[in-house]
Amino acid sequence: MAKEIIKRTKLEIAKSPEGLEGPGFFATKLEDAVGLARKNSLWPLPFATSCCGIEFMATMASHYDLGRFGSERLSFSPRQADMLMVMGTIAKKMGPTLRQVYEQMAEPKWVLSVGACASTGGIFDTYSVLQGIDKIIPVDVYVPGCPPRPEQILEGVLKIQEMAQNESFRRRESDEYKKMLNSYGIE
Amino acid sequence: MELLEIVNTKLKENFADAIESAEQLYDYPVFTVNKDKVHDILKFLKEDEELNFHFLTDLCGMQTADEKQLGVIYHLHNMPKNYRIRLKTFFDINKPEIPTATDLWPAANWMERETYDFFGVKFKGHPNLKRILNVDEMDIFPLRKEYPLEDQGRTDKNDSMFGR
Repeated sequence: MAKEIIKRTKLEIAKSPEGLEGPGFFATKLEDAVGLARKNSLWPLPFATSCCGIEFMATMASHYDLGRFGSERLSFSPRQADMLMVMGTIAKKMGPTLRQVYEQMAEPKWVLSVGACASTGGIFDTYSVLQGIDKIIPVDVYVPGCPPRPEQILEGVLKIQEMAQNESFRRRESDEYKKMLNSYGIE
Repeated sequence: MELLEIVNTKLKENFADAIESAEQLYDYPVFTVNKDKVHDILKFLKEDEELNFHFLTDLCGMQTADEKQLGVIYHLHNMPKNYRIRLKTFFDINKPEIPTATDLWPAANWMERETYDFFGVKFKGHPNLKRILNVDEMDIFPLRKEYPLEDQGRTDKNDSMFGR
């Protein structure tokens, strides 16, 4: 029954992970099941400060439709977000705010740095602009461009999805991860 | 030209020593005055019945090309007669002190804070002279020529990439 509906509406549902299938049961690794769930329901927190934010609005709107990838629901509260999307120039004065937003997000969390300014400071090589958000928080994926097109932002989100799916279940507990956070001064 | 004459005559009558120059730059009368008298002159320009410059359009800082002097520039406006003039005053960069104009125009409050923030001009008598735009921890005055424009924290840039 379900399969027919899928055919008629041209919807694709996520592929199930490898596992043992039989009548009335399906057994797989918890890690795979959780990875699948995380991958397809990333809630983004848009931290949009300038023109890259405008591109994000296009990404979110019907033409490019980020909702196709399970990120329909934007979370404007960091506490419910999985993916921090930093789009635009971050002034040094904004730095502590961005950091606080990152710290308030619950694990597991990913960071997408969209555009030249967020990634490196871009054309704003000046005393008042943060020269890349990776000076204060860890970044998972960088999207180049000034500003990047919505397709590029989607590509970045897909990369994060890949990371979310394949991430080891214990990564966030590991000493390596804690050490990495400590290098940013985050507990 | 008329306006320049009107204001200049009035100022010469009352502050003959303090007026360093009076000139017409494009359509703007510009007066350079001594910094010790600047507050009295502003007060006079505001309260004189004929001149009545009751509106402070802008207040900003500047640094002279020889880097030895700082300046503060006032843009004044008389709305009923549509008079506009510019008032400049210069002082030594090592002793950047000037009386505040906040008692005449409350609007000067934030403009003076901005001028302090970027040029380090200390406005004596200002009720709350602290940084307004830059981060509080900043220990330089970034628009002074002695400080570099670029962020000094970058390690991925060296002069050979830019032919310097």
